[in-house]
Amino acid sequence: MVKRKRNSIRNHSAESALFMRRTIVVFLGILLAVGVLFINLYYLQINSFDTYKTRSNANRISVQTVPPNRGLIYDRNGVILAENRPVYSLQVIANKANDLKNDIKRLTALLSLTDDEIEKFNKSNRYSRSFKAITIRDQLTPEEVALFTVNQHLFKGFSIQASLKRYYPFGNAFTHVLGYIAKINNRDLEKIEARDERARYQGTHYIGKLGIEKYYEDILHGQPGQRQVEVDSWGKVIRTLSFTAPTPGKDIKLNIDINLQLKAQELLGDNRGSIILMEAKTGAILSLVSAPSYDPNLFVTGISQKKYQALLESRDRPLINRATQGRYPPASTIKPQMALLALDEKVITEDTKVYDPGWWIVPNSKRRFRDWKRWGHGLVDVFHAIEQSCDTFFYDTSYKLGIDRIEPFMRLFGFGEYSGLDLAEETKAIMPSRDWKRTRFNQPWYDGDTISIGIGQGYWTVTPIQLTKATAMLARRGDNIKPHILQSIISANETVTPEYDTSKKVTLASQRYWDIALQAMQGVTSKRRGTAYRTFGDAPYTVAGKSGTAQVINIKEDEVYDADKISERHRDNAMFIAFAPFESPEIVATVVLENAGGGSTNAAPIARALFDEYFEQQKQASSTPTTSSASN
Amino acid sequence: MVSTQAQKSIFYRLHIDPYLLLGLFALMSISLTVLYSVGGYDMLYRQVTRLAIALTVMIFIAQIPPEWYQRWTPAIFIVSVLLLIAVLVIGHTGKGAQRWLDLGFTKFQPSEIMKLIMPLMVAYYVSQFTMPTRFKQAFIALLIVVIPTLLIAKQPDLGTSILVASSGIFVLFLSGVSWLYIGLAIAAVLAFVPILWFFLMLDYQRGRVLTLLNPEADPLGAGYHIIQSKIAIGSGGLWGKGWMHGTQSQLEFLPERHTDFIFSVFSEEFGFVGVLVLLSIYIFIITRGLIIANQAQDAFTKLIAGSITLTFFVYVFVNIGMVSGLLPVVGVPLPIVSFGGTSIVTLLAGFGILMSIHTHKRFNIKR
Repeated sequence: MVKRKRNSIRNHSAESALFMRRTIVVFLGILLAVGVLFINLYYLQINSFDTYKTRSNANRISVQTVPPNRGLIYDRNGVILAENRPVYSLQVIANKANDLKNDIKRLTALLSLTDDEIEKFNKSNRYSRSFKAITIRDQLTPEEVALFTVNQHLFKGFSIQASLKRYYPFGNAFTHVLGYIAKINNRDLEKIEARDERARYQGTHYIGKLGIEKYYEDILHGQPGQRQVEVDSWGKVIRTLSFTAPTPGKDIKLNIDINLQLKAQELLGDNRGSIILMEAKTGAILSLVSAPSYDPNLFVTGISQKKYQALLESRDRPLINRATQGRYPPASTIKPQMALLALDEKVITEDTKVYDPGWWIVPNSKRRFRDWKRWGHGLVDVFHAIEQSCDTFFYDTSYKLGIDRIEPFMRLFGFGEYSGLDLAEETKAIMPSRDWKRTRFNQPWYDGDTISIGIGQGYWTVTPIQLTKATAMLARRGDNIKPHILQSIISANETVTPEYDTSKKVTLASQRYWDIALQAMQGVTSKRRGTAYRTFGDAPYTVAGKSGTAQVINIKEDEVYDADKISERHRDNAMFIAFAPFESPEIVATVVLENAGGGSTNAAPIARALFDEYFEQQKQASSTPTTSSASN
Repeated sequence: MVSTQAQKSIFYRLHIDPYLLLGLFALMSISLTVLYSVGGYDMLYRQVTRLAIALTVMIFIAQIPPEWYQRWTPAIFIVSVLLLIAVLVIGHTGKGAQRWLDLGFTKFQPSEIMKLIMPLMVAYYVSQFTMPTRFKQAFIALLIVVIPTLLIAKQPDLGTSILVASSGIFVLFLSGVSWLYIGLAIAAVLAFVPILWFFLMLDYQRGRVLTLLNPEADPLGAGYHIIQSKIAIGSGGLWGKGWMHGTQSQLEFLPERHTDFIFSVFSEEFGFVGVLVLLSIYIFIITRGLIIANQAQDAFTKLIAGSITLTFFVYVFVNIGMVSGLLPVVGVPLPIVSFGGTSIVTLLAGFGILMSIHTHKRFNIKR
């Protein structure tokens, strides 16, 4: 009921008119408000369409990088040296499991999960999205894979995932050639960024850290593919929009011969040292060993700090690649080159004879240099001096030559220079000169310094790879050669063999000088007085060689070298360089054994054993042509 | 206009306004289309059920003559206020706010009743006097508005309190309150804003306002909803991404897709063209509502018809304004289109009253 009486003077039409006016005002207000909404929506949908379209796509489209498989590495016979092995890990997607807690309990019984593993799993389960896979155990054994697979139906949401892991089947035999790959660290990232290859390494966890794996990283790595996926707001993949397959890294073939490599490693045994075997005509490295070595697979899975520390601090320095980074006095192994220079500079002739009483005195001084043979070699010519490794002859020769002639000549043979070997781990060692000594010690060059250089001692150091190259250049009568580990890149159907620079590097006035030096080197192994005659006298092939026994510590003028009396680490380094056959050199060997004693007695037999192995192989290959060579 | 014999058609006798019904059906079609897109058949089915209930309520209310409302308005208002107090004391808490009253068989939101009864109560009061409303009456009417508004704001339910307050204030405005008082009131409200900001608003409410001013400041936190909503609307472009192809909504980047942010879904899938169609339907309904108000026969019915129509517009404006980044997010659904039972029943009940007013005329006046 209306409580109050309607106002009798109420003017209905006036009220209606007022109401109508107010309605019109309100309606205009509504149109204004709608206008504001309209303008704003126009701005959003028409003016800013491109911006929001982009942002909408950025929301939903996620580009995932599909990393390429790394190229494989083979030896020259096609034996695999670095492969990608599937490893199996057990994973679970939490929100797909029926009863996660109970499942884990049952898994513990099945695969005997450790408390650590369970704790680690619980932790990652707490902090990751329930639809993301969580790894329970890495690297399952085949037995565990089988055990789980049989019981898989009992574990909903659990699965075994296969991924590829680099594996080096020959372990430590190839560490100093192949190197290894390991997890990309911050320093690697910086390098990748500097090369502007960030996109290429998206999704890749490993990178070549050492050796061939590092040197040919670019070839081995390949190009990643891309998967464009649509994701929801939780980041869960809804569907794949497009997929570009990755281009796997190219497989490569090395010059290394698995048999010679393993043989060389076996021959080195427990010695510290290095062996290099190289083809004299091509520079192909057949074998390159540095001992001691270590298992590269440790680094792929992630080496423990303790083990790494042990490797790092070991007195034997296993991490050093002695073949390319070991710096040794060349000792008598460079006497042939010294003779070449002296002949070419007319300091000596074929007939020059020097009397060796067992010592040599620097003219106009009392400084006395001893020959390794205390009672002396008597009257020696250049053949005799090389074959018997007479020091006195070369003291005299080098004194007459002087460092200013020796140093540039030796550089032609590659001493003091990078060998060009395809490994990043290489040192130039030291080819001393006046300037070098001035810079290094701020001292002038003394005559005495040159005398030591004459027998490959003093400041002069070389690496085994430098020696190998220099020996090959001797065999090639001055033609350059570039040691090379890589033989070919095996692409889908093409084999690319890198080219070598073989230009003449050392030119002498007469070919006869080469004959002299090389004949003397052959005499080392074939003449009764030769230092390596005992080792090579009965060889079925001709060999030119030179032994070297490098002093590690200085021995005073009157002191007698007695291996038993000085500590093992101060004993002489045994060295031997050789090539064979003498007439048409095929193969060059360098053997360096640290603190092993005399070169001819310790290092030469190793070279002999390797040559025997090599020629035996060659004989077998030629007598029974393999199917592969027949089809080629 | 005249209510002639010809107008006393089947619709008139059923107390239904065909124009309003047409507009409402258009909105419902849009609602079901979009809900199917975001929620599939299940959500479609649930909304159809709710719409059926709401339409029944509307038709039922349309049958009741306006005199009846006038008679019961004070009583219903007082009961509603008491219920609001009850909610604050013994109410059921959901989503951090006390809005629900548990009646045993169902949960019930007294603030929804208040949305309907508020304009009726204010209209009831001011229609006792001649228009334009004088200052004293306007003041008392304001008290009638403020008390329930504060009770609802305290729950807290900012969206509903805005709707309730505006429904009352629209009555006052339409009743011809002097522009001077309106000016004074606006000044008073402006003066009140700092007090509201510093003393009355809760942290999360302040946060929403700050988010509105600069959503990109916290793109993954408070600003996330607004940013995603704007991306959805903006990326719709002129023609939209197509039905069921809105990536923002289908891939769940958009929050509250079927309720408060349904406009964003619609804009993303149907584009600016669709938005124009939707706004046109709303303007059509509002225009029709204002025509009904002007054709009403007395002050009380004029005022409530006008207020219900304008409040409906406030829904539209606040909702679209908030999802497109013009207004803070206050939880007002897009009327008739958003998924939700209670609000649809309340809205259609309001249209029932409009239809009742239009189809229960005691005398035919020729003007």
